[in-house]
Amino acid sequence: MQSIFNSIDFPFIIGSLVKIAVFWIFIMLVVAYMVYAERRVLAVIQNRLGPNRVGWQGLLQPFADLIKFIFKEDIVPLAVNKALYMMAPVIVLVPAMMVLIVYPFGPENVPLPFGAQISSFLNGIGTSLGVDLGIDISRINLYITNFNIGLLYVFALTSLGVYGIFIGGWASNSKYSLMGGLRSSAQMISYELALSLSVIAVLMMAGTLDLTEIVKGQSGWGGMRWNIFGGPTLAMMPAAVIAFMVYLVSAIAETNRVPFDLPEAETELVAGFHTEYSSLKFALFFMAEYVNMTTVSVLATTLFLGGWQGPGVSSLPWLGPVYFLAKVFFFLFLYIWLRGTLPRFRYDQLMNFGWKVLLPTALFNIILAAVLGVLFL
Amino acid sequence: MEIVHIFFLAFAALAVVAAFNVILQRNPIYSAIALIVVLCCLAVLFLTLYAPFIAAMQIIVYAGAIMVLFVFVIMLLNVREEDARTDRLKYLKFIAPVLFLMLVGQIAFFVSKVQNPPAPLQIPGSVESLAEGLFTKYLVPFEATSVLILMAIVGAMLLARKDKPEEIDRMEQALIDAQAEQSSPADKAETSKEEVAA
Repeated sequence: MQSIFNSIDFPFIIGSLVKIAVFWIFIMLVVAYMVYAERRVLAVIQNRLGPNRVGWQGLLQPFADLIKFIFKEDIVPLAVNKALYMMAPVIVLVPAMMVLIVYPFGPENVPLPFGAQISSFLNGIGTSLGVDLGIDISRINLYITNFNIGLLYVFALTSLGVYGIFIGGWASNSKYSLMGGLRSSAQMISYELALSLSVIAVLMMAGTLDLTEIVKGQSGWGGMRWNIFGGPTLAMMPAAVIAFMVYLVSAIAETNRVPFDLPEAETELVAGFHTEYSSLKFALFFMAEYVNMTTVSVLATTLFLGGWQGPGVSSLPWLGPVYFLAKVFFFLFLYIWLRGTLPRFRYDQLMNFGWKVLLPTALFNIILAAVLGVLFL
Repeated sequence: MEIVHIFFLAFAALAVVAAFNVILQRNPIYSAIALIVVLCCLAVLFLTLYAPFIAAMQIIVYAGAIMVLFVFVIMLLNVREEDARTDRLKYLKFIAPVLFLMLVGQIAFFVSKVQNPPAPLQIPGSVESLAEGLFTKYLVPFEATSVLILMAIVGAMLLARKDKPEEIDRMEQALIDAQAEQSSPADKAETSKEEVAA
């Protein structure tokens, strides 16, 4: 057993866990304030006030909502399939959260403020206990982990999220839930194809599946090396722009948002797959939707808008996360803006659009990107 | 013994348990979910064997696409729990243990034969090396497989097509009949008017 403990890299594991915890709490805050921002921005669009009572300008509203969710009665209808009914919200949320570990939100090897002092303090505790901890966090990498297949990892896990919605819809044993679940899974399968195919153009420009490398490859030329402008050469721009458009549309459909929110069309299906859910289980579905929105926004930022790249990052590396967040918030704002602006598709329009417009466009774009890449790269 | 080995054994055990669940569950939806668990466990096994690309593909293709369709069909048709059918194929009960013992014997034989298993690949099976193999050394089998899959798709489309020529004719005829039926009272009225005028 001694050899097992020797083979475990404890500083690495503890460091990763701390990073995951910090990142997780941060994402939860983003999700909470995303809901708040959605309500306020929608209110502005619709000429209302929105929630502005809890705290200054209603800034404590998310916490009030959370407390309310927790104290609501948790109703489990009699006819549901209990085990699957309980599992479904978890199956939705866990893959959505697992995806977050691969995103680079800043440069590598960044000096951590007070990192040297903290590590010497921890090492001091270690030596007083007779253990050599060997902790050194004076410089850290601003990502949790980097796979050489980071992008595939993202796609693999996002493709699992559909099960939760599906199982939730079926286990509820209600017509509305089942219809919502069926619609949602049909929609997610259809648009996942276009989503994955649109990314291939970016892969041709970047030449790697590693998200940290993809971001690094987009530095320079005052932002004109971003993949949306063609990455390594401006000649790739047509393919890049088409890829970005296809990605954006299918990402919105993939997260079941307006104007593709057929699975929870309240005029037809009450609330779709989560009709029978209440209290915290409903909150989990709700959270998963917003985490997924954050995920696709982060991926769009990483793949097309240069991730954490921006002016002055090389001298002030902590600007990286700031730029990163600004770009992610731009996409999140776009989601709210669309919700305030566009009406819902009809279901056959949705399917036709996915299979007859988006998918051929994505396929054509792969050929275009390949031709341009051979000519100019 | 490294931590990777512990992960490997744990997920291998989980895969076996889930695989038993696939065949033991009476409710098809539980079987399908158990199969998804098996596929995810296999992905983890690939990961511990330094093949991350295969692991990701395992989840994307099998768990993310094929099993979704399975679950979709099961839920759409709302397949009921299978009744215990003891009357059919009774003789299988007697053959099954023999076959099982033969399988166990085979596995034991091969495990005992393999004295020096090849050392596991320490270099991660990268996408580049895989692509290089696929597009140089194994190009012909790779392309042949893709053609075969394309043929399967075309075949499925052909079998599923409803609009055969004769059916189109029949549908068009039905449409024409329906239109004629709708418009015929007016026609009759017109003709009768004409007759009256004449």
